[in-house]
Amino acid sequence: MSIDKETIKHVAHLARIELQPNELEKLSGELHEILGFIDKLKYLNVEQVKPTSHILPISNILREDKPHVSLATEKALENAPSKKGNFFSVPKIIE
Amino acid sequence: MKYQTVIGLEVHLQLNTKTKAFCGCSTDFGKAPNSNVCPVCLGFPGTLPVYNRQALNSAIKLALAFGCQIQEHTKFDRKNYFYPDLPKNYQISQFDLPLSRNGYLDIYSQDGPKRIGITRVHLEEDAGKLIHETGVSLVDFNRTGIPLLEIVSEPDLNSPQEAFDYLTSLKSIIEYLDVSDCDMEKGSLRCDANISLRLCGAGELGVKTELKNMNSFKGVKDALTFEVERQTRLLEASQKMIQETRLWDVEKGATIAMRTKEGAKDYRYFPDPDLTVFIIDQSMVSHIKAQLPELPREKMRRFVKEYGLTEYDAKILVSSKNDAEFAESCIQDYPGKDKKEMVNWLIGPLLSEANLRKRKLHELNLDKNELISLIGFVGRQDISHLSAKSVLSQLIDTGKSARDLIQEGNLQQISNADALLEVIETVIQENAKSVSDFKAGKTNALMYLVGQVMKKSSGKANPKVVGELIRRRLADA
Ligand SMILES: [Zn+2]
Repeated sequence: MSIDKETIKHVAHLARIELQPNELEKLSGELHEILGFIDKLKYLNVEQVKPTSHILPISNILREDKPHVSLATEKALENAPSKKGNFFSVPKIIE
Repeated sequence: MKYQTVIGLEVHLQLNTKTKAFCGCSTDFGKAPNSNVCPVCLGFPGTLPVYNRQALNSAIKLALAFGCQIQEHTKFDRKNYFYPDLPKNYQISQFDLPLSRNGYLDIYSQDGPKRIGITRVHLEEDAGKLIHETGVSLVDFNRTGIPLLEIVSEPDLNSPQEAFDYLTSLKSIIEYLDVSDCDMEKGSLRCDANISLRLCGAGELGVKTELKNMNSFKGVKDALTFEVERQTRLLEASQKMIQETRLWDVEKGATIAMRTKEGAKDYRYFPDPDLTVFIIDQSMVSHIKAQLPELPREKMRRFVKEYGLTEYDAKILVSSKNDAEFAESCIQDYPGKDKKEMVNWLIGPLLSEANLRKRKLHELNLDKNELISLIGFVGRQDISHLSAKSVLSQLIDTGKSARDLIQEGNLQQISNADALLEVIETVIQENAKSVSDFKAGKTNALMYLVGQVMKKSSGKANPKVVGELIRRRLADA
């Protein structure tokens, strides 16, 4: 699978990463190599292998429905780049 | 009809757990902004989510009530997108291995029952709330991480009314299960709709519109009705339909196209490595199945069988769980085997009193013994049905006893012929036309005359006795 610049741009946008033109070139090559490596899996017979969704052999980890003490609002807002009253504030979202 | 309407609904339901899906923050509604938050639900790096046992139980309960197959192996996935109400930049949801599939919900229309397929019921978490001000949007993360169920129907609904009936039925069952508040105004139940039209008989589905922003069941129905008309107009004009998302504007009574970027939906789902898989075995399923309450449909059948109700009456009484319980205790305590009289009072005068007050039956705080006593007075012909209805209204408002209200209002029915004859004579003098109509064989005229006597006696005359007296008086003449 080849990775063209448009695909790189698309993926970068989805991840909200800003790339310089020279980085586009470089990443396109690197990603191509990585995908080529992963492509090797195609040559394995995995018909009998169930897909793995978790690496640890544990299941049904649950917690009881008991309230804990939440953060104080000032604490929660402490690292916010921008806030207004008890709210986080962000640039206006236009719908 | 030239076109067939095809509708599928997607319902998001907040479960009524005490705490959020993946952390112990409270789910209390209406708390100060950003007070029910912690590092987990704020998406701080390094925190680990752990799912709420009660939420899983409620979800399985609901899926079973809709006849879904619970999947033995289920897991959480990350749905990735950026939006300020989503602090982790992904929503924990389910993609290819949902909790359950292949259920159904029966709705009842004039044409009889219809089975609507439920494609899947899956687990996910709610996002935060945004408040838009000039220049900025404010974010409250209290709602972030509240456990949600997504209930997706098959495109089996063929009219806005059927969509409305589906939601009503869904809500009734959820209320019985007690797993959610189901309050659309509070946002604990939200509904999006997919709608398309196709030529009747056509195999392929038409181009669909996704409708959002409806905040009541009526809103859903109105938005769909608008959309049927809009799409019909476009098809009739041979205009090209585009697949789009439209928002319901309740003020304008119209749907409005939402501005979206091309190809914006690329969610890159993948299994959430922070959460383990769930193996839901048969013993767990049967354990939860055993906890299911009697559901509306079963209760309806039992009411028909045990109390001799008609299906129609039973359906009205079972639609709300609390109402059904109130009604059943009234019916049980009502003396005698024949319960028809009590049922008629419940779905007749009492239900109108409730509707008048915009309340449910059980919210009227009516003492069932007073209702039984009141019906007894009518049965013994101590008061007229008409007076009894006004006593009922006062019973609800004052909480006094039926006996006292009848006495205070001097409502004892007059059945004594001597006391009635004078009024009857006056009415006959004043209504010569009706009298001759009656003599000419028009039986309706008698009802009119009885009505006049009732009016003059302030509803206290016994209509049966009055009818008989007038009949005899006019036969003599
Ligand atoms: Zn939390």
